[in-house]
Amino acid sequence: MKQMPEDYYRRLEEIQAVDFVLVELTLYLDTHPSDQQAMQQFNQYAHYSKQLKQVFEEKYGALQQFGNSYTDSRWSWGTTPWPWQV
Amino acid sequence: MWIYEKKLQYPVRVSTCNPTLAKYLIEQYGGADGELAAALRYLNQRYTIPDKVIGLLTDIGTEEFAHLEMIATMVYKLTKDATPQQMRDAGLGDHYANHDGALFYHNAAGVPFTAAYIQAKGDPIADLYEDIAAEEKARATYQWIIDMSDDPDLNDGLRFLREREIIHSQRFREAVEIIKDDRQQKKIF
Repeated sequence: MKQMPEDYYRRLEEIQAVDFVLVELTLYLDTHPSDQQAMQQFNQYAHYSKQLKQVFEEKYGALQQFGNSYTDSRWSWGTTPWPWQV
Repeated sequence: MWIYEKKLQYPVRVSTCNPTLAKYLIEQYGGADGELAAALRYLNQRYTIPDKVIGLLTDIGTEEFAHLEMIATMVYKLTKDATPQQMRDAGLGDHYANHDGALFYHNAAGVPFTAAYIQAKGDPIADLYEDIAAEEKARATYQWIIDMSDDPDLNDGLRFLREREIIHSQRFREAVEIIKDDRQQKKIF
């Protein structure tokens, strides 16, 4: 196991919490596609998630691949830790 | 296409090396009602389901892969420091002889995963009832594993997964109603 700084776990959990809201809203909207308030909330959290990930990726490397995240100068995508290693 | 994200859906922690719990948990990895079966079931059914529920099957199927990764992480963390003797004592001697510490898609009794676990009838009501049943069976399996587990960190992750099964089951029930309503609204030619 790789022990990462406290800051890594805190930021990651914040992203996990916000992305969980988005998963829940996604499934909800799949069966309630005319709920405008939920869609507004969805866009609000999508924006928030992107902001959190941008800061996280600057510190700890890309979260997504195939161009959905920008790379740093070290191609840290291919480096540890992977999710099961922390 | 699918995009991988380098994070777990929910944090996975385990308290101690415990291959016995890993042996039970593998049921949700390669068992009949496990996460692999769930992901493959929904992502296969979506091609022939009415348009109104394709999005739901796509999204739940995708979430199941995130759950598969959580289970894999649990099994990995519970076994990575186990000695061959500990694997043997946990009833994983047969697994160790074939796979060393590698994960494999089989159930708690060591039966390899088979596509026969996945149903696709083409009838939307039959398929969705199948999906609801699968979610309820997975929820029950998580409950049985939690009942046997004495690892509070592991149980936190398992409780999250158990609760996701409830949500999925309820969304599938809504999908059944959507399809029923849609059918009743069809005009006679």
